[in-house]
Amino acid sequence: MAEVTKKFMYINRKAPYGTIYAWEALEVVLIGAAFEQDVSVTFMDDGVYQLVKGQDTAGIGMKNFSPTYAALGDFEITKIYVEKESLEERGLSLDDLQHLVWEDEDDDWAERDSIRLVSRTELADVLADQDVLFNF
Amino acid sequence: MTMLHVVNKSPYNTNSLDTASSIMKSDDALLLIEDGVYGAVKSGKAASMLGSCKVSVLGPDLAARGITEDKLIDGVEVIDYAGFVDLVEANDKVQSWL
Amino acid sequence: MKLTIQVNEGPYQHQSADTAYFFTKAALEKGHEIFRVFFYHDGVNNGTRLTTPPQDDRNIVDRWSELAKEHDLDMVLCVAAAQRRGIVDDGEAERNGKDATNIAPGFRISGLGQLIEGGVQSDRLVVFGD
Repeated sequence: MAEVTKKFMYINRKAPYGTIYAWEALEVVLIGAAFEQDVSVTFMDDGVYQLVKGQDTAGIGMKNFSPTYAALGDFEITKIYVEKESLEERGLSLDDLQHLVWEDEDDDWAERDSIRLVSRTELADVLADQDVLFNF
Repeated sequence: MTMLHVVNKSPYNTNSLDTASSIMKSDDALLLIEDGVYGAVKSGKAASMLGSCKVSVLGPDLAARGITEDKLIDGVEVIDYAGFVDLVEANDKVQSWL
Repeated sequence: MKLTIQVNEGPYQHQSADTAYFFTKAALEKGHEIFRVFFYHDGVNNGTRLTTPPQDDRNIVDRWSELAKEHDLDMVLCVAAAQRRGIVDDGEAERNGKDATNIAPGFRISGLGQLIEGGVQSDRLVVFGD
């Protein structure tokens, strides 16, 4: 579709359901997957709450879109950065989050972890390396 | 490659300035716009977040909020929208800390 | 410099729509190219022609329409966001059985791919939001 390949980073900093940003950001990521760019997604600040498992939205009458994160691997989105400090500040650990994976076709479809837990300093380097930054 | 970090929220309202100032690299630039300009006022607690990075602030947003330039932290550059465009051009990419 | 502008908020509620407008205008005055202005989330509300702001206040929608006309800008409202928030053009009215349209001049409704393409084709993406 495009001759140019850029490093696209989608940054999520907001909690789900209180506002629509989390869901509508995910829609951009999914559509963007078709454009064959080098895609990464970051969850930091309140954005880490989006990945918390066990979301049950029946009582608030909203669609539970959290299963969509598990599909990111199928869309070849394999680089999901979660910021360590953001988790710790909120009393969370990786165990509280969905286990996101992708299947490596170069290794007999072996399952690999998509989530890369990074410190703020490491995340700064990741962001510095990108070409285009999306915020919602 | 340098990044222009844009913060549009008051530091007393959200953590955007805190996040931006702690993640930015020494060659990056910081621009405060809209309610973010409150972060550049020298008597405020947030002044200590800014460290030694290059800080600019949007003049029209200062004026709108009744902040005169003598109230700003030393070394902060007051720019206009044309200056904002120049900053975008001068840095390789823009990170809007919404 | 070729720019894509992303506007995440509607008119009046947040200053982002104003800041985005003044930034876009300044960029054009400096001779830069605006590849696209893409409106997402509540930003699609910048594209309704039915606003009646007070006489002594700026008319945000008209201002965008005038800028688009003067500079032949491509201003796109995301279709999914527009459907959710009720910004409708002829095509959408027909497709979704709506009895009215309200899109303002200079705007068009299209898919999120237009934002992605903006990121691919432009030198800079600048996001205005809350």
